[in-house]
Amino acid sequence: MKLLVCIKQVPDMESRFKVDSAGTWYAESDLAWRMNEYDEYAVEQVVQLKEQHGGSPDITVLSIGPDRVKEMMKKALAMGCDRGVHVKDDESHRKDSFEIASIIAEFAKDKGFDVIFTGMQSQDRGSAQVGVLVAEMLGLPAVTTVVDFSFDEGAITAKRELEGGLKAIVKARTPALVTCQLGLNTPRYPTLPNIMKAKKKELLSVEVGELLKVEELLTTEKIYFPEKKGGGLILEGDVGDLADQLIKILKEKTGVLA
Amino acid sequence: MKALLVGEYREGKLLDSTYELVAFARELGAEASMFLVGSEQSLPRYDGTVYLADAAKHGEFNPGAHKQLLLEVIEKEKPDYVVLSHSSYGWDLAPRVALALKAAQVSEVVGVAGGSLVVPVCNAKLRRQVKPKTATTVVTLQAGAFGLPDEPAGTPVVEKVDADAAGGLEFAGYEAAEKTTVDLTKADIIVTAGRGIGKPENLEMIAQLAQALGGEYGASRPVVDAGWADHNRQVGSTGQTVSPKLYVACGVSGAIQHLAGMKKSEFVIAINTDKDAPIGEVADVLAVADVKQLVPALTEKLKAR
Ligand SMILES: Cc1cc2nc3c(=O)[nH]c(=O)nc-3n(C[C@H](O)[C@H](O)[C@H](O)COP(=O)(O)OP(=O)(O)OC[C@H]3O[C@@H](n4cnc5c(N)ncnc54)[C@H](O)[C@@H]3O)c2cc1C
Repeated sequence: MKLLVCIKQVPDMESRFKVDSAGTWYAESDLAWRMNEYDEYAVEQVVQLKEQHGGSPDITVLSIGPDRVKEMMKKALAMGCDRGVHVKDDESHRKDSFEIASIIAEFAKDKGFDVIFTGMQSQDRGSAQVGVLVAEMLGLPAVTTVVDFSFDEGAITAKRELEGGLKAIVKARTPALVTCQLGLNTPRYPTLPNIMKAKKKELLSVEVGELLKVEELLTTEKIYFPEKKGGGLILEGDVGDLADQLIKILKEKTGVLA
Repeated sequence: MKALLVGEYREGKLLDSTYELVAFARELGAEASMFLVGSEQSLPRYDGTVYLADAAKHGEFNPGAHKQLLLEVIEKEKPDYVVLSHSSYGWDLAPRVALALKAAQVSEVVGVAGGSLVVPVCNAKLRRQVKPKTATTVVTLQAGAFGLPDEPAGTPVVEKVDADAAGGLEFAGYEAAEKTTVDLTKADIIVTAGRGIGKPENLEMIAQLAQALGGEYGASRPVVDAGWADHNRQVGSTGQTVSPKLYVACGVSGAIQHLAGMKKSEFVIAINTDKDAPIGEVADVLAVADVKQLVPALTEKLKAR
């Protein structure tokens, strides 16, 4: 069984963002980078699937981006992926979901992957398009927003999360693609021995030009900070004072301390 | 300008979010018609054409078939915009349709500015203005961004659509949420633990503040996913929708899916180390502080009163 998991590196969302000089994306300097949260669940799921099948399945992890994404790929290898494919692209952040999906589909089209895993969305762009587009480009069934996954004899059964606590149970024959939602599993922390082992795993590099055959469908005109709606009071300072101020506000503005 | 709105139907009923699509079409100034896989028993209150495919035949969730049916209507209507909700139904169907049309898709639209669409970036810390390069654009709308028209009214003109369409997925039914033991929807005061509490042991201090205020404690999704709190305490689009008199968000960033569950709260206090956290947008008071210090201090002082 051959498995593919696609991961993206994103900034830590608690970073202080700045707009880049072109005004069309966030500046990439002074950011802490990590694996897209949704993709961590995808990596964990693919590793669990391999464990359930006695180690025979073979896992490729793919990421598109500049050289720094290799750090994150090593984490995926340490979590249990077998090999990495780094699609080298310093301009990946400027590409739209259609271009990114095309690159992945072009890579995957003749490799015979049985199941492809992606996150349901990225934390920075949040388009929720890439996984579904890859599946459609490859003519595979796609199950999105998966919070429960199982595989048995060429068929997957997954639970899709809907709104308000409802779930839908969906089945598909492989080859298939699933997009992973938060809470699907508990992503593991790589152990030290596994981190050491990961250093020896293969990490191939492919130039993006070899895989990109399409052009973007949309352009970014500008990126900016939302106007503060205001109205809200911002309190700063010593914790004891803050507590007193909050109690005063609770008394004056709400009925809860009456 | 023409828009084709894709209504949403679940467990035999039209979802209210369908009307948000109508509000968006008005904002665009577009002439709109609607597509719905549903039934005549649950039609939208809408003055216009509704292209209706039968959910009993095609299934409520069957993206392969829904895509095919929708493409037939698009062929007939030739809309500039195909509009869906950014929901589990919409974000699943939209890219399938966009690819078939070779159309640009813009997800989670929160506004329109001239000819371009506004979408959030990085957990809503930034906004991006994008312009599609294709004649048709598929958009999904962030829940609540365009509001609901006051009182939806009207009787649609129904045009039936049908097609022989299959898909690679088998829908095997719904699974309802677990029965809740705490009912946050009835609580007047809710103190919510976000990922900013740092570790499971700190949930106790959130529960104590809730108790000192005479309320219940809630949790954001990561806190629930990590198993620190029960799912029935989760506030948000995939958890509970609450409307207490007082909502205290402790170490919660304010992602849209969380806000969706709590923005009807009367008074919101947020405690967050990040002055720019998006929760500031809905908070009446944002205390910039470490929850691990401020929450116990506040609880002490409340108890000492
Ligand atoms: C389809 C879908 C459905 C979803 N449904 C829900 C839902 O129902 N409910 C929900 O909550 N989320 C939901 N989410 C997830 C949502 O997008 C966010 O990931 C989530 O709400 C973030 O939770 P958080 O604010 O606790 O954590 P984070 O976003 O990690 O934020 C933590 C915050 O804590 C602050 N902080 C850190 N340390 C401290 C400290 N010591 N003191 C004070 N502040 C601190 C940080 O500045 C930050 O703002 C959903 C996502 C998707 C895609």
